Amino acid sequence: MSNRMMSSKITKTIIGVIFGMTIAAGVMAAGNQRHAKDMDWSFEGVFGQYDRAALQRGLKVYQDVCASCHSLKYIAFRNLVDIGFSADEALAIAANYQVTDGPDQFGDMFIRDGRLSDYFPLPFANEKAARFANNGALPPDLSLLAKARANGADYIYSVLTGYEDPPADWDPNSLMSYNPYFSGGAIAMMAPLFDGFVDYADGTEASVEQMAADVTTFLYWAAEPKLEARHKMGFKVLGFMLVLTIVLYFANRKTWTEVNKK
Amino acid sequence: MSTDTYNPKGKFFRWMDDRLPIIRLMHGTFVSYPTPKNLNYWWNFGSLAGIVLMIMMITGIVLAMHYNSSADAAFDSVEHIMRDVNYGWLIRYVHANGGSMFFIAVYIHMFRGLYYGSYKAPREMLWILGVVIFLLMMMTAFMGYVLPWGQMSFWGATVITNLFSAIPLVGDAIVSWLWGGFAVSDPTLNRFYSLHYLLPFVIIGVVILHIWALHIQGSNNPLGIDVKGPQDQVNFHPYYIMKDSFGLAAFIFVFAVFVFYFPNMLGHPDNYIPANPLVTPEHIVPEWYFLPFYAILRAITFDIGIPGTDIVLLDAKLLGVIAMFASILVLFALPWLDSSPVRSARFRPIYKWAFWIFFLDCIMLGYVGSQKPEGIMPILGLVGTVYYLAHFLILLPWLSRFEKPLPLPESISNPVIKATGEVGHEQ
Repeated sequence: MSNRMMSSKITKTIIGVIFGMTIAAGVMAAGNQRHAKDMDWSFEGVFGQYDRAALQRGLKVYQDVCASCHSLKYIAFRNLVDIGFSADEALAIAANYQVTDGPDQFGDMFIRDGRLSDYFPLPFANEKAARFANNGALPPDLSLLAKARANGADYIYSVLTGYEDPPADWDPNSLMSYNPYFSGGAIAMMAPLFDGFVDYADGTEASVEQMAADVTTFLYWAAEPKLEARHKMGFKVLGFMLVLTIVLYFANRKTWTEVNKK
Repeated sequence: MSTDTYNPKGKFFRWMDDRLPIIRLMHGTFVSYPTPKNLNYWWNFGSLAGIVLMIMMITGIVLAMHYNSSADAAFDSVEHIMRDVNYGWLIRYVHANGGSMFFIAVYIHMFRGLYYGSYKAPREMLWILGVVIFLLMMMTAFMGYVLPWGQMSFWGATVITNLFSAIPLVGDAIVSWLWGGFAVSDPTLNRFYSLHYLLPFVIIGVVILHIWALHIQGSNNPLGIDVKGPQDQVNFHPYYIMKDSFGLAAFIFVFAVFVFYFPNMLGHPDNYIPANPLVTPEHIVPEWYFLPFYAILRAITFDIGIPGTDIVLLDAKLLGVIAMFASILVLFALPWLDSSPVRSARFRPIYKWAFWIFFLDCIMLGYVGSQKPEGIMPILGLVGTVYYLAHFLILLPWLSRFEKPLPLPESISNPVIKATGEVGHEQ
């Protein structure tokens, strides 16, 4: 076997192994739950960017539906400028919230309107309060959910749209809901979305699928707010490295011409 | 091998050369170093590993400026880096994926050494220093993965530090000592941070020794035969500077694909959930580069005792720990386990097969390590582990005695001419 043949064989082996591992990781994620629906998202792919309108609708879904139980603790109102609001609009959104501040000069805590520097307020004072209000279940913080689950975006969308009639062996007294996309199938969260539940400012019809897709986009942004900058820079870096690699390939070949002749 | 062609020009450089000939040293290492002229692209990965080490240290030092190693604040400080530090997302993703790139480079570098017999005389010390670097890397990577203080950080740390409890009599005391308490907690995180920052500098020290040892005997080559004279060699510069630069650019391209488009593919989603000692993840898995060793650790599921009695001499847990450490430590003995005088697998018809079967065995162990220990997995893990150790402890010593190698080429310059197939350029 020639050297070159051997090299290409080895290269193929390594590529095969890396892909094999990737597939293994994907299969691993499946477990005892139904595989998430495969959706197309605007933020996927090399040029993927967030859909501003979807982000703003998604914020509305979070505020009107999710926020009663789920915190979003890593997002500040100032971050809303990134999803297409002006600073004044973001401030107006913040001002709708009441925030505890202090202590003041008398040592007392006080309530004031939210500011840009404030973070989204937590729905519960602490974990005990959250569990007490939710039959013992703890609603997770949503800031990182899209990265804390395998196939995060597809997963969130699938769970939100995936409530079904429970199977025959389902305990009728259970406080849980049946959702085959959730690990184990029994989820403490009741189906949160119903057609027309949210009044979109841009007049979009608020179907369950529409709201689920919008809030998924919003939560993906919450988990990965620098995605657009990353994709833009990545394209430049890869373009530069590709050209540099090609130039260095020929420079290297030229360098070795004399040696290979001898 | 005194082809040191450094010739200081100018007053300052002559003055310096008389007092501290560090430029001469650099010149000898990266410019005039005589290198076999037939190295293939598998020889790129040593310098690549060195460059990734530099990238890791630079990004790591910057991350350390913004990271907070308290158990209450560590997770939040990583999110602070991702969201509020200028280009923090870039620096962290380069560092997080750089760990994987480092292991890819080092694993290829090690398998290249295995295939072409680079560990054999007179390069045993070179190989041993490399294994030391590998061990230090594993420790550094393990402790680095704990720092984000996510669920996999916490539970990975718990599982791995618990291994030491398998040591008879003093095991539990050692584990408490490692933890600085009675569980993985704040003191554990703080000391892991301290050591994670320290060990890379130790690695640099050993890398310098590794390069020193390399330059004493010179590089091995794909034919595995000794250099016969200057006609077999070229200077490192410009030939391998150019070849390594091309390889580096291609490697960075792949690295960048991960950083910019799949930054979390090699990590585990659970590590974006803050560490919670009260909730155990469904399936604790280490980073991909530890999976084969994780499989070996879990491979042994039976105790060894005195037959016919209930006396257990070595329980399954301890045996697993022993097997895992043995699988790494056996590499130190490799230069003496394989005593075949022929280095390159190209001229060892049976060893060539043994190498590839061993390679596939490692891949299989990696797969087993990623799976839950159910069904066929424990058997595959055990078979893979036994084969792994038998490869070094039985197969290689046996091959050294009974394998009939192919005839070796006369010198590096001859086969180079024949391989290119160009007639009319024969010397």
